[in-house]
This record gives sequence, C-alpha cells and structure tokens, in this order.
Amino acid sequence: MSENWINVCTSSDLVDNSGICALVNDEQIALFKICQGEEQFIYAVSNWDPIGKANVLYRGLVGSIMDEHFVASPLYKQRFKLSSGECVDDDSVKITVYPARITDQQVQLQIVS
Amino acid sequence: MTTNEHLTRIVIVGNGMVGHHFVEQLIQQSNEVYGKNQFHITVLSAEPRLAYDRVHLSEYFSGKTADELSLTSAEHYQELGVDFQVNARVDQIDKQAKMVTIESGAVFEYDKLILATGSFPFVPPIPGNDQPHCLVYRTIEDLEAISASAKVSKVGVVVGGGLLGLEAANALKEAGLKTHVVEFAPQLMAVQVDVSGGRVLKDKIEELGVEVHTQKATQSIEAGENSRYKMVFADGEILETDMILFSAGIRPQDKLAREFGIVIGERGGIVVNDHCLTSDPDIYAIGECALWNNFIFGLVAPGYTMARAAASNIVGGDVVFEGADMSTKLKLMGVEVGSIGDAHAREHGAQTYTYEDQVAGVYKKIVINAETNKLTGAVLVGDTGDYDTLLQYALNEIDLPEFPESLILPSFGDAAPTLGADALPETAMICSCHNVTKGDIIASLDGGACDLAEIKSCTKASTGCGGCAALLKSVTDSELEKRGVEVKKDICEHFAYSRQELYHMVQIGQIKTFDELLSKHGSGIGCEVCKPAAASILASIWNDFVLEKPHVTLQDTNDTYLANMQKNGTYSVVPRIAGGEITPDKLIVLGQVAKKYNLYTKVTGGQRIDLFGARVEQLPLIWEELIEAGFETGHAYAKSLRTVKSCVGSTWCRYGVQDSVGQAIDLENRYKGLRSPHKLKFAVSGCTRECAEAQSKDIGVIATENGWNLYVCGNGGMKPRHADLFATDLDTETLVKYIDRVLMFYVRTADRLQRTSVWMENMEGGLDYLKDVVINDSLGLGAELEQQMQHVVDTYQCEWKTAVTSEQSRKRFRQFVNSEKSDANIIFVEERDQIRPATEIEIDQILGVKKPVKAAATSINIVEVE
Repeated sequence: MSENWINVCTSSDLVDNSGICALVNDEQIALFKICQGEEQFIYAVSNWDPIGKANVLYRGLVGSIMDEHFVASPLYKQRFKLSSGECVDDDSVKITVYPARITDQQVQLQIVS
Repeated sequence: MTTNEHLTRIVIVGNGMVGHHFVEQLIQQSNEVYGKNQFHITVLSAEPRLAYDRVHLSEYFSGKTADELSLTSAEHYQELGVDFQVNARVDQIDKQAKMVTIESGAVFEYDKLILATGSFPFVPPIPGNDQPHCLVYRTIEDLEAISASAKVSKVGVVVGGGLLGLEAANALKEAGLKTHVVEFAPQLMAVQVDVSGGRVLKDKIEELGVEVHTQKATQSIEAGENSRYKMVFADGEILETDMILFSAGIRPQDKLAREFGIVIGERGGIVVNDHCLTSDPDIYAIGECALWNNFIFGLVAPGYTMARAAASNIVGGDVVFEGADMSTKLKLMGVEVGSIGDAHAREHGAQTYTYEDQVAGVYKKIVINAETNKLTGAVLVGDTGDYDTLLQYALNEIDLPEFPESLILPSFGDAAPTLGADALPETAMICSCHNVTKGDIIASLDGGACDLAEIKSCTKASTGCGGCAALLKSVTDSELEKRGVEVKKDICEHFAYSRQELYHMVQIGQIKTFDELLSKHGSGIGCEVCKPAAASILASIWNDFVLEKPHVTLQDTNDTYLANMQKNGTYSVVPRIAGGEITPDKLIVLGQVAKKYNLYTKVTGGQRIDLFGARVEQLPLIWEELIEAGFETGHAYAKSLRTVKSCVGSTWCRYGVQDSVGQAIDLENRYKGLRSPHKLKFAVSGCTRECAEAQSKDIGVIATENGWNLYVCGNGGMKPRHADLFATDLDTETLVKYIDRVLMFYVRTADRLQRTSVWMENMEGGLDYLKDVVINDSLGLGAELEQQMQHVVDTYQCEWKTAVTSEQSRKRFRQFVNSEKSDANIIFVEERDQIRPATEIEIDQILGVKKPVKAAATSINIVEVE
C-alpha cells in the first residue's frame, strides 16, 4: 500500500455538515465535513449507493446515531457509517471508505494504488 | 331465478342500515366458519336506493349528498356476489313453499328469510294530516320533499319533541324557516330525559330561536289565514304554519309478517327470540320491526347486534341477542344531551344526585341503586363531558366512588375523577356501533396494530357515530403503555420531544436556526429525521430561504436541489402551473426547454408537466430559462402545497355554477410555499359533479349555487379517505379564513410526515373538534393562525429565482468540485421517442462490462451525454 496522499480540492470547497463529490482517478468520492462543537471531522467514502445503484451519496443528509456519524442515502434512506462504511440498516452491504485529511488548506485522500 | 344449488339461499327483505349490516355480517361470519361465502344472498329493497346512513340523515341538509350517505353501492354488492333489487317491495310470503313475491310479480325462493323492514313514522290521526305540505322524516325521498317544501315556506312546525323531532326542527331552522316544535307531553325528549332536564333542554332550544310548545294536542289542520295552514289545539289555541313535519315516534313495519301469519306483539312488532327467530323456524326479524322481550329497539346499535345474532344462528354460531343498552349521547342544535340506563329513576329504591347550573344551562343527574354502590342511570343536558365515564360505571357495574356526586360536580383546578381506562374490564363495550370491546382492542394490539389509526381501521371502532373517540384513545394509550410501548412521541434520539413540542419551542423561544434548537433542546448533531422536521418547522414559522446557509444542510435531497431525485440520481423539474391553467406560449417554452436538455416529459396527476432526466448541474441552467419565460418553482420537491387541481368551471362548462379555475389559481397562489408536516393537495370543483375530485384532497372546495362547500382531510393514494364536509355555502373570504386556520392548525399540531387524513383520524374529538377550533374559535387561536398564514403569504419567494441568482447556492449544483465532467453512470436509452434511464443490464452492455446478460435488450439507442 502506497502512503501517498493526493490533493483533491481545497478545504473551502467543503460544506459544513454536508457533502460534496470529487472525481479522483475516475472514481467518484463523496467528501463530508462534520462540525461537532469545536471539533471537525473529514470523511471520504465512495459516492456509489450500492442499494440505490446510483452515484448520489454526497447528496445525502448527515447525522449521528449513538455518536457515530453517518450519511443517509438520498434515494432509499439507508444509513452508512462514515468511519467504517457499514450500513446501519442492511448488514449485507458496505461502502468503501478512504483515509482523508486537511493539510495546508488542501483536502487530501489516501487511495490504494 | 337461477341460483347455485350448493348454496343456502338467503333473502333479506329491506335494505336499511340493519339489513345491510346483516349482509356484511353473514358474509363475514361465513368466511370465518367455512372459509368462504356459503350463501346465495338476495336483497330486496322497497326504497329506490341501497342502504344509506339514516343516523346522519340530517346532514343531507348541510350539504351531504345521497351518495355520501350511502353505506354500500351496486358495485360493492356485485363484488360481494350479492343479488339485489331496488324498488322491490315484497307483498307476499309463502311459508310453505318458502318464497316471497314482490309487487312486480317476481318470485324469490329462500331457505332462510330475513325481515329487516324497519319502521315507519307514526302520523297522529289528526283531520287534515294528509295535505301536500304535511310530511314525515325518514327517508332520503322524505328529505327531498321537505327540502322542496321548505323552499316555498316561511314557517315550519315539527310535531313531536323527541330525539328525531328535534333533529328535524334543526333541519327546518337551517333551511331558514321560523321553526316551532309541538309536543303532546309536558316536556321534550320524554323518553330519555327527566322533567328537570327537559326544562333545561327547552330553555336552551328556545334560546336558539325555535319555539317550543309542550302539552299541546293537535285537533285539526285547517287552511291558514297568514300561512298555508293553521293548527288548532285542544286548548283552543292556534298556530299558523306553511308546513308540518310529523315526528311523533315510529311504528314497527310489521304489515307483511302480520298478513302472512307470523306472530305479532299486542302493540305491534314481529315477536323474536334471542336468535331473532320469529314464530316461523326459517324466518328471522331484525332491527326496528322486531319485538324482543316486548320491546322495540329504535336505535341502530341494537339493530346491528340483532343482525349479528341472526347471522350467527344461520352459520351455527352462538351469538345471541340479549337486549341492549339504550343509552344515548347526542348533540341537538348544538345542545348536548346524554341519557343512560334508568334515567327516570324508576327502579325500586333508586336514589338520585342532581346538579344544575342555570347560568350556563347545564343539568346533570345520576341515579344510583338502593344499595348506593352502583350507578344505574344518568341524565345530562348542556354538557355531556361526563357521559363516557358514567356509562362505563353503569355498563360494567363498577363500584361508585365514596362521594358519587363527585362524578357530576364541576371541578375547580383539580382534575375531575375520571374513570381510568385501566379500571374497565375487558368486556367493557367501547364502541357500541361496531360492537368493539376493550378485549377486542387488546386483541388487535396483540395482532400487530400499533396506533390509534390502525386500531380504528382493523376494529372499525369509533367509525360509526364517533361518540367513543375519546374513550377509545385513552384505552389504546393505556394498553400501549402497559406493553412497554411508551407512547413516546420523541422525534428521534437527538430530541426528546414531539414535533408539536418542537414547534412550540421554536415559536415561543424565537429560535431561528437548527443549531440554536439543537444546543438549547437537543443533543448530538441531528439526523435525517430531525433535520428536515426542524427545517419544515423553521420554514413554517419564519419562512426564510431554505437554501440559506443555516438551513441548507437540513433539507432532504429534494429540497436541497429544489427538484425531485429519480432512481438514477437525476432530477425531475416541475414548474408551477397554478390551477392547471397554462398559455400556449408557456406550453411551447416547456417543450423547447425539454427538447434542448433532452428531458422526458409527462403530464402529472396534479395538472402540470414534469420534465425528467435533468442532471444536477443542469438544474440552474434549465431554471434560468424557465424563469425567463415567467415560470416559478412548483414545490414538487417539498412538503408543502403541491397543486390546486380544478375543473374548467362556470366560465366554459354548461354545468358549472362558480369560477373554479379562478378560485383554484387564487388558492394556489396564496398557499404556495407553505412548508407543512407533509405535502398538501387541493382541488376546486365548479359544481357538484365534482370533476376535480376535491373530496380526495387535503383541502377540497366544491362550488354551490350560493358559494363554496369546504371539505377537509381527504386523501387519495395508498390509503384513500373521503374528505369530511367542513362548512357549506361559504363566501370566498370565509373560505380563505377557514382554510388559513385549518392549515395552520395542522402545521402546528401534526406529527412529522403526517398527512391531514391521518391527523384527522388521530385527533381527539375529530371533525367536531376541528370545527370548534376553526369555526367557533374555541381555543381563541383564530386570529393568530390567520396572522401566521398571512406572514407566510407575504414572505413568499420563488426559491429557484433566489437560488439561480445566488453564487453560494449555485455552487451546490455540481456533480464534482474538481471536474467539469458529468456522472458517467447516468445513461439513457430511448423508448417511445423519449429518454428513459437505462436498466442495469443495459448499462453493463453499454459500458462494456462483461457480465452474463439475462435478458437481451432489443435495439438500444444510447443517448449522447452532452
């Protein structure tokens, strides 16, 4: 596994408590920024909704369930945990998650090459 | 007649409420016992129509149509496999050959015959009682005659001051006649109410402008001097009137049975046993024509019980008729009257407690047994709030509290000693119209029902007269609590409050953002449940732009992108076409835009045009063009007013009586943009033919010759509900006022995602309560509700217009922050000359993914992505 972090967009492209989508090596990546009190969390997951079968996850609502952050699919409302990719409402599906961080105003992802 | 040889032939004479109930019961019980309908059922109705709701007959005068009163229809009977004939009066029974003959000569053979011939109104033998404007009050045809007579009369008299008589008097008063009630007895409602109660009732009714004459025996009806007729009383007094309505009691319709040798009681009525069997082992009698234990039951609930007993006997069951409780609670001309059990304290050793408040016109009496430990009767006039509790004490023989008078004394501050639902035994009858006991409610909860609406739909409880609504709710709530279903209305884990509570917090605390609401009253970061709910509440109260920074991340995806997401992640666009009226020029623009962006077009059920297949980044471009042409957003994406459907109305239609299109456009423009707990649909019909289907809408308006009838809380879709008639013959100003109030009250009090129909089903007090709040302003909220609506109206903005002109908002409409490319997975193919999303298999084929193709798609035309 390569340790390379790729610049994807600037931190000003992110929207508080919401998602955006970036195209990285032809992969659609949904990026979420969640603000909780003073803390900020950056998450990157695949934009592909495995249940709705469309590239829409970045347009879902974010929230928390028992203090874990999730995005709810805008199509059929299944919730996916942003840290693990597990689906709260359906054990049989999972979405890919990517390590993400902000360095020098740059949103960076680590993608297995 | 051809009948199936394997089936038992049942012929039912009479298709009133009880006769119809028998049909339903027999089929239901047969299905339960045999797993199918084992009977060939023939219904013979002497009236020109099938069964209708006689209990609510007076509503015919407040605008209900014969159709709305009907309990069944030809189609329904056909579906059930029931043969029927209307205008089919039976005039012969041949008990030996087991067949009946109707007036036309047609013959029907039976194995079992059911007489459900009901009763007829008693007309006292007064000379002159057979003149043209001397009428009775029982059938829809009678009401039509009354209605016609009222139109050419100024004064009307009802002979008979009983329950039906007072209802008839109300009808005459509503029709604008100077109304009198003439009663032979010294008091009104002598059967149900004692002397003192009768006096209070009389005072209250006279306050309403109806003159009551008691102890009057009419001797003759002669030609009048100032009016059409003159009634001459035994005491020499006279009363001039244009029409007379006899409502002096009912007599069992037993003529047929009498003529063909079935045993009749001394004073009439077909004698029946506990199975409702007559003296002939194959003939049953049920309802008001039947005499059980020397008693005729003139209420619908005992009739229903008889129908059940007779059906049970036929299928070999063990339900019997053992008499019935004749307690009643009703509202006559707005005056509440209740009567329970031994109202006149006639039982041996009976004692009473009485409370009277002459100022407010309230009279209450309870009757207790000689042992002073059980309640045996009660009379309530002017306030029936204690009725449910008292009835349960009486029916279930519950021990009286230490101070029985506390049951009827007014409470000051302290809660009145109401009988908790827990104190009721499982056999307690909750809904006597549909014979639902507390045990039945428990059984339906065990069977999976989990709220009031579901219990109502599976037991039918509270769907008859509705008098038990409050009791049903308390029993349901208490049972739910018992099984650990905390009747918890918390909206989600972030807020320990119901939507209604949150609404109040936002309004009273002047809370303007979700973050503020969360930090003051919630925890965590919110979720997909509370965020849109809060966004809706904030919008209903403050009506700020939904895509403004503090609100935008709360919205469901459709609200965020101001369009409706479809299965492949593209959106559909619906511009507003108020009332469904559109100019040719605008129609052309829609076509041009659709063509330019290659959108699939379809006409919606709400009379507008939906453009499908827009990618997220195309939405602002499409809307720039639509706005340029004068369109504005249609809110198809929002929980808010969708459309006001209309028929073409009096402008063009030969039958229209008002301008329904103009009204629909005005209403749509007034309420567009109102964010509400769920979507709202309206319709306006220009006449009673109802082409706009207004009675299936949240708000339905139907034109009358005098104005507009307002219907509320209807629904089509998954769980259809006929809208309730709310008010009649309104002018436009009053119509708008009522709609303002109904909608704002809904916005304030409904649960999240609760349509108006379910809201109404769950409302304690139901339609009457809503009318009280809106029409009589019983909560004093009217002005505030209107003001709030006016604020929403005044702060309306086209969200798309604001969105396309805001740099910040437009930034959200892009698929990728770092690329101008489009989503490569969105692929369309052509079908019937338009695009449609490619199926999964087609996408794989097109993208060249090697997967086994299950069904080969024929001639796929890939549509170029721009």
